[in-house]
Amino acid sequence: MSQFFEQAPGYLPILMQGVYLTLLVTIGAFVLATVLGLVWASMRVSGIAPLAWTASTIIIIVRGIPGMVILFYIYFVMPDLGLSLTAVQAAIIGLGIAYSPYMAEVFRSGIEAIDRGQTEAALSIGMGWGMLMRRIILPQAIRVALPPYGSTMIMLLKDSSLASTITVAELSLQGKLLASSTFENTIIFTLVALIYLAMSLPLTAFNSWLERRLGKSR
Amino acid sequence: MSIIELKNIRKSFGTIEVIHDISFSVKKGEVVCIIGPSGSGKSTLLRCINGLETYQGGEIRVHGDRVDTASRTIRRIRTRVAMVFQRFNLFPHMTALENVAEGPIYVKKEPREKALEHARELLTRVGLAAKADSYPPQLSGGQQQRVAIARALGMQPDAILFDEPTSALDPELVGEVLSVMRSLAAEGMTMVVVTHEMGFAREVADRVLFLDGGVLVEQGPPEEVLSRPQNPRTQDFLRRVLEA
Repeated sequence: MSQFFEQAPGYLPILMQGVYLTLLVTIGAFVLATVLGLVWASMRVSGIAPLAWTASTIIIIVRGIPGMVILFYIYFVMPDLGLSLTAVQAAIIGLGIAYSPYMAEVFRSGIEAIDRGQTEAALSIGMGWGMLMRRIILPQAIRVALPPYGSTMIMLLKDSSLASTITVAELSLQGKLLASSTFENTIIFTLVALIYLAMSLPLTAFNSWLERRLGKSR
Repeated sequence: MSIIELKNIRKSFGTIEVIHDISFSVKKGEVVCIIGPSGSGKSTLLRCINGLETYQGGEIRVHGDRVDTASRTIRRIRTRVAMVFQRFNLFPHMTALENVAEGPIYVKKEPREKALEHARELLTRVGLAAKADSYPPQLSGGQQQRVAIARALGMQPDAILFDEPTSALDPELVGEVLSVMRSLAAEGMTMVVVTHEMGFAREVADRVLFLDGGVLVEQGPPEEVLSRPQNPRTQDFLRRVLEA
């Protein structure tokens, strides 16, 4: 225990470089997954059959392929098709795509949780589809979707370690490299675990705060 | 002059026809009450008028415009024919005032200040000036339905459709909603009301329509349809309602 506290500070600066990349990949992928998820979800609830069908198909395909394989595909296969990306770019795009189906389902379940009467009331005062979504459905759906949205963000934070498989030296890879050169497996992997936990705890706290808040207003 | 005109309306859900060849029209300033057993197609018929339901045969016209959910005119028709729902359907994330001003500001593009001022007047008119900043879940059912009526009035419609406006209310809250509706009728608002409140129909309606099994069985002034019904189905229905 005392050995841990003596040596840990020495390893922190190197691990922090990994933290920077972990956060970069997580936030980048989170933004992309949110945008794509919103697009898929809108297509699914649009009521236009070809759009809904296309979105469902995309969701089924992407969800059925492991994130790691999607990363390999983007990083190693795309260059053959003439599109070369840096490892970090590939990680952000790959994880963003891999997570978009989960985001889409979070948004869709939020939208579908809203009572049909809300749609009817909005239509009955002459609203069109866009305004109905923007003014009536989405503001309510967000309240429903926020808690699962938060958990998805935590999952994505942890799965950003997949980026290590395409050479992004994020926290887990940085830890592994450090451990294999120092043989201080216990100290380093404990540190890595604690740092991941430290990043997810604020998210968890924020999440449960939201749930309490929304629970009250209902 | 007729504001609303229905000609030979037929409506099916799948292969089951729920409305069989119904025709009637509503003149400006007229109050028409539609009564009948549940499942008789009253609400469905009402919802066809502002395009919340489609219909398969015949034609509905509002001010001469054909009601067609696939057409662009449907939104204009809906701003002219407002609707009050059984379950109020207020927007829970907005205050009472915002609920009333939502349509005028965002659909009719009225200046915000003017719309809010008008919304305040309407809330006063339904006796809820003090609740302008309350959210729907903080209001009683009767209060919510009065806000919903104010929201309908906010669109400055030519007619208002009421879909069983008091059926979801506790008995002691029915009166406040009916009294608002009475005063609207007295001011000359054109109203089509699907209701189980026979007292209200008798007192306020210019004309009562009795629907049974998707058929318009009988229509006429309330004193005739409600007091001296000609058709055995109407007689039977009224006997059962009045016994209860």
